[in-house]
Amino acid sequence: MNNKIEVKGLDLFFGDFQALYNINIEFAEREVYAMIGPSGCGKSTFLKTLNRMNDLVVNCKITGEVRLDGRDIFRAIDVNVLRKTVGMVFQKPNPFAMSIYDNIAFGPKTHGVAKRAQLDEIVERSLTAAVLWEEVKDRLKKSALDLSGGQQQRLCVARSLAVNPEVLLMDEPTSALDPLSTLKIEELICNLKANYTIIIVTHNMQQAARISDKTGFFLLGQLIEADSTDKIFSSPKDKRTEDYITGRFG
Amino acid sequence: MTAGKGGLHTREKVMRLVFLGSSILSLFFLALICIFLFSNGVPALFKIGAANLLLGTDWSPVDTPPFFGLLPMILGSVCVTVGAVIVGTPIGIFTAVFMVYYCPASLYKLMKPAVELLAGIPSIVYGFFGLVLLAPIVRTIFGGSGLSMFTASIILGIMILPTIVAVSEAAIRAVPASCYENAVALGACRERSIFCAVLPAAAGGVTAAVVLGIGRAVGETMAVVMVAGNQARMPAGVFQGLRTMTANIVLEMGYAADLHRDALFVTAALLLIFILIINAILFYISSINRLQHS
Ligand SMILES: Nc1ncnc2c1ncn2[C@@H]1O[C@H](COP(=O)(O)OP(=O)(O)OP(=O)(O)O)[C@@H](O)[C@H]1O
Ligand SMILES: [Mg+2]
Repeated sequence: MNNKIEVKGLDLFFGDFQALYNINIEFAEREVYAMIGPSGCGKSTFLKTLNRMNDLVVNCKITGEVRLDGRDIFRAIDVNVLRKTVGMVFQKPNPFAMSIYDNIAFGPKTHGVAKRAQLDEIVERSLTAAVLWEEVKDRLKKSALDLSGGQQQRLCVARSLAVNPEVLLMDEPTSALDPLSTLKIEELICNLKANYTIIIVTHNMQQAARISDKTGFFLLGQLIEADSTDKIFSSPKDKRTEDYITGRFG
Repeated sequence: MTAGKGGLHTREKVMRLVFLGSSILSLFFLALICIFLFSNGVPALFKIGAANLLLGTDWSPVDTPPFFGLLPMILGSVCVTVGAVIVGTPIGIFTAVFMVYYCPASLYKLMKPAVELLAGIPSIVYGFFGLVLLAPIVRTIFGGSGLSMFTASIILGIMILPTIVAVSEAAIRAVPASCYENAVALGACRERSIFCAVLPAAAGGVTAAVVLGIGRAVGETMAVVMVAGNQARMPAGVFQGLRTMTANIVLEMGYAADLHRDALFVTAALLLIFILIINAILFYISSINRLQHS
């Protein structure tokens, strides 16, 4: 299988504080990866490195290599193209203060799609992929802020899909949602797997077990181990991983 | 020493009376001004006729017979206010965006008080600046006397800048950082993220900023009198002089008598109504904002 993203010897500093230590991991195409680990261990920071959102943090310094399709994301790819290719869904759903339609159209318009018919098509396709189309197709011109939390999160997924990403980063996308909405998002992730590489941060072990093919365990800025989800949950190599997933830890 | 229960109670009562009294006094002043304006204005409204006053295009209060058409001044006020908004709004919003998203912390420490200072400069100083510096430049470049709608609009635009900057800045800052981050994460550049994602989220506050600026521009007197030319005729062009409602009052109140004086009261009452409408709009905007944020 092709490696979509390769991370080699990644160290990350916030000022003097080192948040990530020598991370090495590969992400294959069309697989779902779960990143687990106790709070503050650097999962979000790692995720944000992959689409260079850490660039927004003033004193953040990164060494090591991250390659997308073999190309260095820090030097060989324009940052806006990188972020188009590697989409991100945040923990807290945050639709823009505009209509549902305009939320979805924001990304495509950013990347040069101007024709109305084409935008219409993208909006419908993205909302359908995010299993939201049926619920909102009659109110596309209404403000996205009036949607429920679960709907807003699916809208954010749709918004990310609208720019045709190849990788989708999701940082605890269901932590603010009720069980039913969570289920919908999980189903969504399983559907999206057919076309995207998905990396999801979660605190929910069951969720990681349910939806992911591979799991990585972070502790204090280190990637302790990464392997197929079955292995991590049934026979982890590292004692610390075992402690964490059996709940003796964290 | 402990205050007796009764003592505390009395003090509370006294304080409440003080607060109540102060509030009543404020409302009393407002009522007084309204009564004063309208009681003096209404008779003129009947004697001259509402249509003649509001739609009359000729203001010749000392001719025989006199004409009391206020339309030139109403339009004059509208013109310079629109001009001020055209000048002040883009600069104000850009400045606010700069202060929030581009300005280094060290420069911000300088800019913030500078903008506040701009708000504190007495309007006579703005007028003086306009008269001595701006008007001659306008005269040289565009001809005419230099005392014109154009000059007044620029001066007023500068005067409403601090209001627009301060209120928009607060509105832009109130937008959660996640809004900007979400746009950036979609591959939008900094400018697009700010202007197409953050600003729409701050639209309510920015609109309120502009409306507040309009309020200030409508009521401004001293600076406008000094640079607008003050001809009591219908506004005839951007580089022609005009007279605002405020200017009309301040220029003629010294010698106006009888019906002429009453017509000035009508002008003042009109101004009050303008401001009332602007406040109503502001109230409406803020109620929408509150709805959106809850
Ligand atoms: N902008 C920043 N500046 C300085 N330190 C930061 C910054 N962002 C994160 N950190 C630090 O980096 C470490 C990792 O944070 P991160 O947000 O990646 O943790 P996390 O694993 O996502 O935790 P959680 O599960 O609670 O979301 C923490 O110690 C945090 O305090
Ligand atoms: Mg996190």
